[in-house]
Amino acid sequence: MDRSSRKAWLYLLPAAALLAVFLVYPVIDVLIYSFEEGFNFASQSYWGTGWYNYSYVLHDPYFLQAVQNTFVLVIITVPVSTGLALAISAALASIRPLRNLYQTIYFLPYVTNTLAVGLVFMVLFQKTEYTDGLVNLMLRWFGAGPIDFINGPHWAKMFVLCFYTIWVVMPFKILVLTGALASVNPDYYKAARVDGTSRTRIFFRITLPMIAPMLVYLVITGFIGAFKAYSDAVALFGTDLNAAGMNTIVGYVYDMLYGDSGGYPSYASAAAIILFVIVLTITCINLLISRRVSEGGVHIQ
Amino acid sequence: MTHTEFEARRKAAGRKSGFLKALTYLALSIWAVVVLFPFYWMVLTSVKSYSAYNSEYVPSFFTLSPTLDNYRQAFTAVPLGGYLLNTLIFAVITTAVMVVVSTLAAYAFARLRFRGRDFVFGLFLSMMMIPNELVVITNFVTITNLDMRNSFPGLILPSITSVFYIYLLKENFEQVPEELYKAAKVDGTSDLKYLWKVMVPICRPTIVTITILKLIECWNSYVWPRLITDDQAYFLVSNGIQQIREEGFGRENVPAMMAAVVVISVPLVLLFLAFRNKIMEGASRGGLKG
Repeated sequence: MDRSSRKAWLYLLPAAALLAVFLVYPVIDVLIYSFEEGFNFASQSYWGTGWYNYSYVLHDPYFLQAVQNTFVLVIITVPVSTGLALAISAALASIRPLRNLYQTIYFLPYVTNTLAVGLVFMVLFQKTEYTDGLVNLMLRWFGAGPIDFINGPHWAKMFVLCFYTIWVVMPFKILVLTGALASVNPDYYKAARVDGTSRTRIFFRITLPMIAPMLVYLVITGFIGAFKAYSDAVALFGTDLNAAGMNTIVGYVYDMLYGDSGGYPSYASAAAIILFVIVLTITCINLLISRRVSEGGVHIQ
Repeated sequence: MTHTEFEARRKAAGRKSGFLKALTYLALSIWAVVVLFPFYWMVLTSVKSYSAYNSEYVPSFFTLSPTLDNYRQAFTAVPLGGYLLNTLIFAVITTAVMVVVSTLAAYAFARLRFRGRDFVFGLFLSMMMIPNELVVITNFVTITNLDMRNSFPGLILPSITSVFYIYLLKENFEQVPEELYKAAKVDGTSDLKYLWKVMVPICRPTIVTITILKLIECWNSYVWPRLITDDQAYFLVSNGIQQIREEGFGRENVPAMMAAVVVISVPLVLLFLAFRNKIMEGASRGGLKG
């Protein structure tokens, strides 16, 4: 190896070493773990290899509950947050005064501690023996009965989790979409106005196709992010998510690894790999659909 | 179309767009309230006295007798000061090491010539796709076996690397004209000196951006610290707040809990207001959440 190569590797060494130890080796290792049956953490021994860990996880009612919760969360929050963000960004683009102020306010949830602000949501939605909480007070204005959103029925808990998740992911989506809207060439709008095109038509025929790539990007990252939901649920319902019936797939992985139900890295690995496969599949489907839509659906140059 | 007819139509259109504008502002304001209200509520609750809060069956939207007593309690009844200090140490060291390591690597990719550079860079980029959830299991085992649980090295080491920031820096470094490098080489300047005296000052905006983004990420990190610490002396704020929620002040002392939440949130909000544009620009290039 010549001198300059050696120097380059010296510069790369710290980053490469850390990545090798904490990123590359773990990926390989987690695969191995997931096939080692009956792995004992204390003695570092196992009694066989095979698919037992996967079969155990797939038959575990807690895991199935977690998968169900995660899918519900994904199916609700991704379309709602993306649609809402699109509406808000379009509204933002149509005004001038106060736009900066609104943008700053909307971005605030991005820089807050998910766990800490989650507690505020818990207080807002919770019904205790001392108080019905603020949300229930508002529900009463409309004549609806008090509902315990934190310790009550499953759908109510799911609603809070979705609401909080959307609140948390909106800043990023609004930011990206505002940027995309601002980058649309204004000449298109001028031409459309000269032709007397209506606002709705302009939006669906010019704006939407122009920002479609960014929407696809947001939907894909949204899916990935929502599949990895965990800390929002912990913030609202505490660390014992299984007892609350509100566990997510990632939560299941961590519970298997550590905590009161922990000590099973093999099960955790199997569950993590199942999650990875789900996310990969969904991302590929997303990419395929978006490609088909952009090829066949809209033609605009 | 006569002139008056045209005027009438223009006015009608103006009225219609005025109405639309008002509606737009109304909708935007509603979302602003949804975003801001939790912040208002946590500050409000944190200055209500314990007895006042618990006697309100119907929560009130303001208080006439604010008290700072909850803040005193947040710092004395639970080790909130310790959590804050831990988080500060963790965030500052992790970020500092990350910036140095990433700068060196980015410089190697951007300026130094070596065999297989593009291949190695491609390898680095492909690592961006590895989800954290997949590697955390082995890292937990590695750190446990190294006997580094409940220690700062155990917290920091796996949190340093960030391929994305290396990528951002490399892109930025490549924009610096190569002529500068050649001139410096002719003058006999060493690579390290060139990096420190020329590249870093020119690319300061990007370095500041990644520093702030990493600080935010560290301040909010929850999963790894939770796995690797069970001794309260090493808790970060996220774990601290969870601890407070689960046993802290006794479950019902909501005002003290909200005081702790305010204390934890304030540093980030201040950082955001100070570096608003940098944070928003950096976040739009590669988000942490969303």
